[in-house]
Amino acid sequence: MEGRGAKLVVRLGAAFTLFFLYLPLAVVLIYAFNESVAQAWPPTGFTTRWFGVAWNAPGVREGLSNSIKIGLVAAAVAVVLGSLAAFAVHRYRFFGRETISFALVLPIALPGIITAMALRSAMNTTHVTFSLWTIMIGHATFCVVVVFNNVIARLRRTSGSIVEASMDLGADGWQTFRHVTLPSISTALIAGALLAFALSFDEIIVTNFLSGAELTLPKWIYNTIRLPKNRPAANAVALIVIVLSMIPVYFAQRLAGGGDTVARPTARTAAAPASGAPMG
Amino acid sequence: MADTTTKVASGTARGPFRRSSSFLNAHPRTRLGATLGIPLLWIGVIYLGALVLLFLNAFWRVDVLTGKIVQDWGLRNFDTLWSTSVYRTISIRTVRIAALVTIADIVLAFPLAYYAARIATPRVRALLLVAVVLPLWSSYLVKAFAWQTITAPHGILDSFLGLLRIPEANIGASEWAIWLTFTYLWLPFVILPIYASLERIPESYLEAAGDLGARGWKTFRHVVWPMAIPGVVAGSIFSFSLTLGDYIAPSIVGNTKFIGNVIYDNVGVANNLPLAAAFALVPVAIMAIYLALAKRIGAFEAL
Amino acid sequence: MKRVPKWVAAFGVLALIGAACSDDGTSPGGDGSSASAVSSIGPTEGELNLIAWVGYTEDGTTEGYENYDWITPFEDSTGCEVSVKYADSSDEMYNLMTSQAGQWDGVSASGDSSNRLIASGAVSAIDPALFDFTDIIPPLDPMTGTETSQYVVDGNVYGVPWMYGPNFLMYNSDVVDPAPTSWDVAFETELNGAPNPYAGSVTAYDFPIYIADAAVYLMTHQPDLGITDPYSLTEEQLDAAVELLKGQSTLINKYWASYVTAIDGFVDGSMVAGTGWPVNLSYAEADNPAVLAVEPSEGMTGWADTWMMSSSAPHPNCMLEWMDYSLGADVQAQTAEYYGAAASNTAACPILRDSLDEQFDFGDAVDTVRYGYCGDEAFLESLWLWRTPQAPTDYSVWTQKWTEIRGA
Repeated sequence: MEGRGAKLVVRLGAAFTLFFLYLPLAVVLIYAFNESVAQAWPPTGFTTRWFGVAWNAPGVREGLSNSIKIGLVAAAVAVVLGSLAAFAVHRYRFFGRETISFALVLPIALPGIITAMALRSAMNTTHVTFSLWTIMIGHATFCVVVVFNNVIARLRRTSGSIVEASMDLGADGWQTFRHVTLPSISTALIAGALLAFALSFDEIIVTNFLSGAELTLPKWIYNTIRLPKNRPAANAVALIVIVLSMIPVYFAQRLAGGGDTVARPTARTAAAPASGAPMG
Repeated sequence: MADTTTKVASGTARGPFRRSSSFLNAHPRTRLGATLGIPLLWIGVIYLGALVLLFLNAFWRVDVLTGKIVQDWGLRNFDTLWSTSVYRTISIRTVRIAALVTIADIVLAFPLAYYAARIATPRVRALLLVAVVLPLWSSYLVKAFAWQTITAPHGILDSFLGLLRIPEANIGASEWAIWLTFTYLWLPFVILPIYASLERIPESYLEAAGDLGARGWKTFRHVVWPMAIPGVVAGSIFSFSLTLGDYIAPSIVGNTKFIGNVIYDNVGVANNLPLAAAFALVPVAIMAIYLALAKRIGAFEAL
Repeated sequence: MKRVPKWVAAFGVLALIGAACSDDGTSPGGDGSSASAVSSIGPTEGELNLIAWVGYTEDGTTEGYENYDWITPFEDSTGCEVSVKYADSSDEMYNLMTSQAGQWDGVSASGDSSNRLIASGAVSAIDPALFDFTDIIPPLDPMTGTETSQYVVDGNVYGVPWMYGPNFLMYNSDVVDPAPTSWDVAFETELNGAPNPYAGSVTAYDFPIYIADAAVYLMTHQPDLGITDPYSLTEEQLDAAVELLKGQSTLINKYWASYVTAIDGFVDGSMVAGTGWPVNLSYAEADNPAVLAVEPSEGMTGWADTWMMSSSAPHPNCMLEWMDYSLGADVQAQTAEYYGAAASNTAACPILRDSLDEQFDFGDAVDTVRYGYCGDEAFLESLWLWRTPQAPTDYSVWTQKWTEIRGA
C-alpha cells in the first residue's frame, strides 16, 4: 500500500518533529541548572539552587494552588456547558443551530487578547471586582469549545438507535443518560476535560487582564522572568511541572482510550455509512 | 438523528426528579431549552455581549486629559488606522507570518500524525500522543525564552551551525526567530486535529487504493490528503488565530510589532481602548473570513 | 429569512445596553483634584495593596538579598499586611490604577503616568502637613520645589517623593572605544562621516516616552527647532524627533521594554550602546565587567517616582502610614542601595555612604551616577524628569507616533 520510501519519509519526519518538540524543553532543562542569572549560551555552571529558590519562593505555591483550582473549575464548567451544548446541537434541529456552533468556537478562534479585553471591559462596566472567579469565567469561556467539539464528534459516531432501544426497554430519560449515553461519551469528556485543564493551567493573557493581585502559576512565572534575580527559578518550576504532569497525562490518555483524544473533525464522507459504523 | 420523541414506558408513580425527567422526555422543546439555555446564556450574554460592548468602543474616543471614554460616535479611529500606513504594514506582516507558521506547522505535524494514526502500535500511539500533549504543560513563557536563547546571536542555533561549519544564521530578534517560535508553540494544536482526521480513514480505502495500483505519493495525494483536509484546516485555525493575537512571544523573541502588540500597547500604554478596539476588528475580520472558508470545507464544525 | 431579524434584534438590544452602560467603563471612582485633600491619618485597616516597580518593596525574600527588608518593620509597627503587584511599566501601572480602582491603595508612580493619574482623578491629593518633608532635596520639595510638576498640580500635592534616577548611556567598553561622550553613538546613522560602527547593536527604551530622549538630543543638535521642554513638543518638533527615531531604528538590535532584556543584551554582547537605568548597569556588569555608563553631553532624561494614594483606596490609613514611612531616611537608604537610585530624602545619603563603605569599601560610590549623585541638587535639576506630555502634543499622539516608528 505505501512504498518503503514513503514509510521512511514518514518515520524520519515524525522523528524530526518529535525532536523539534523537545529541543526547547531540553534548553529549559539545561537552564534550570545554570549558574548565572542571564540566560546566555553557553551555560556558565551547574547548580541546583534554583530549585530551592523555587521551593521557597512565596508566590509559587499560591500560584500553583490557584492554577489548579482555576483549571479544575474551568474544566468542570467546560464539561457541563460543552456537553449540554453538544447534546442540544446534536439531537435537535433548531433555528440558529449553526450559529451556536460558530459562537462557541469564537472564544478560541479569536485571538486571546480580544477575548481578554472584551471580558475585562464588560467586568469594569458592571463593576465586577477581579478575583479567582473572574479568571475562572474567562478560562471557562474558551474551554467550552474544546469539550463541545470532542463530545459532538463522539455523539456523531454513536449510533442513535441505542438510545431508542434503551427507552423501548423501559428506561426513562435519566436512566438512559446514566447508563447508555454517558458511558459512550465518557472518554471524549475525559479527553476534553484534560485539554481544557491544560489550556487553563498555562494561560497568561486572559489571566493578566482579568486578575488583580491573584497569582496563578503562569503569572508567577511571568513576574519571575521579568526580574533579573530569580529567572532560572522559572525554568526550574516549568521543569517540575512537566515532570509531574507526565503521570496524570499518561493515565488520562489511557483512560481516554488512546485513540480518541481530542477534536475529531467529522469528514462528511465518514459519517455517511452510519448504520454499519462501529462504536468508539 | 431527528428529534427524538420517545415514549415514557412506565406509568407507575415516581419522585419529582423522575417525573420531571419524564416531562422533559415528552416535551423535547423544553428539554432543548434547558439543555441549550445554560451554555447559550454563558456564551451569548457574557461573551458575545462583552464582544459587542468592546467593538462599540471602536466608534468612541478617549478624552485626552482625563483618560475617560467619551461616547462621541464617529469613525475617527478607523480614519487613523487607514490613513497611517504603519497599521497596514503591521497587519500584513502579521498575516504573512501567521500563514508561514501555519504551513510550517502542517508540514511538521503531518508525518508525526500519520505515524501515530496509522503505523504505530496502540501502545506506541498512546505514548506518542502523550509526547505531543506534554509540551503544552510547560509554561508558554519559559518556552519562548528558551527560543530566545536558541536564536540569540552566538546562541545554541549558531553554535550548532558552527559545528557543521555553516556560517551563523544570526537570526536573533528577527522575523525568522519569531516564525520558529510560533511554529513551535502551536505545533501540538495542529498535530492533534490532523491525527484525529487521519485516524478515521478506513483502512479499506488505503487497501483499495493499493489494489488499484497506487503507490505512496499517489495514495497520499488522492486518498490521504483529501480526508485529512478537515483536520488540517481545523488545526490551521489554531495556528493562524493564535499568531494573529499574540503579543508576548514577539516581544520576548523578536523586535517587530505585530497586531497583538499594537492592540496591547493601545489598551495599556495610551489607555486608548477605542483605538485598540478598532484595530482589534482587523484580526476579527480576518478570522471571520478564515472561519467562513473553513466552514465551506466542512472542517470547523468539529475543531 | 426568519434568521436575520432575530439576530439583528439580539445584537441591537445588546448594542443599546452597551451604549447605556458603557460610559463609565474606565473611570475610576472619585475626582481627586477637586476633592478636599486627605488631612488626617486614622486607625489602620490591617492591609495594604500596592503597585510598585520591582525592587521598591523588598521583604527579605529575594534569594541572596535577605538582608534587604523594609517591609517587615513596617508591617510590624502598623499592623498593615503588605501585598504588592509588580508592574513592568508606567502604562501598566496607569492601567491597573484606573481599571481596578477599588483594589489598590497606592502606586509608585513615575512621571509618565503620574499626571495622567492625577488628571483622571485616580489619585487623591494629600495634605502635606501630614508628613515630614524637611530633608527632601529642595527641587522635589512639594511646597517650594522646582521639579515637582509630576506630583504637584495647581498647588495640590498628590504624593510623597521616593526615588529618582537618570536614564544614562550604557555601553560596552570592549567594543565602544574610546568611551562615548555624546548620545550620537545611539542616534546617528553616520559618525564622523562613516556609517555608525555600532549599527545593529544599539538599544533604546521601548515606550513612547522615549521620544523625549530624542527631543533632548535635538535640543543640542538642531537648536533651530526651538525645543525648550522635551515633553512639550509642537507638531513640527515632534515630527523631527520621530524622524531621528526612525533613523535610529535601523541601528537597533532590540528595544527593551523589560529591563531584563537590556541586561541580557549587554551581557551577551548583542547590545553595546544605549539608554539604561542604574539597575540595568549593576546587573549587567556583574556578568560582564566591560559594561559601563556615562553621562552624555547633551543631557539625560530621568525619572522621579512618587508614592501616590488611590482615590478609591480600600485602606487609606495604611497607605498614609506607608507614605509617611517611605519618607524615612533609613528606608530610602536601603531602597537606594538595593535598587540603584537616588533617595529624595538627603538624610539617606550619609546612611547609604556608610553602608557602601561597610560592604564594598567604596562609600564614594554614593557620589556617582550609579546612585544618582545622592543629594546633588544640580544633578537633579539637570535631568529632564519624565512627565506626561499633554500639550501641544499629548501622550496618545506620542503613542501613535511610537507605533509608526516601531511598526515599520
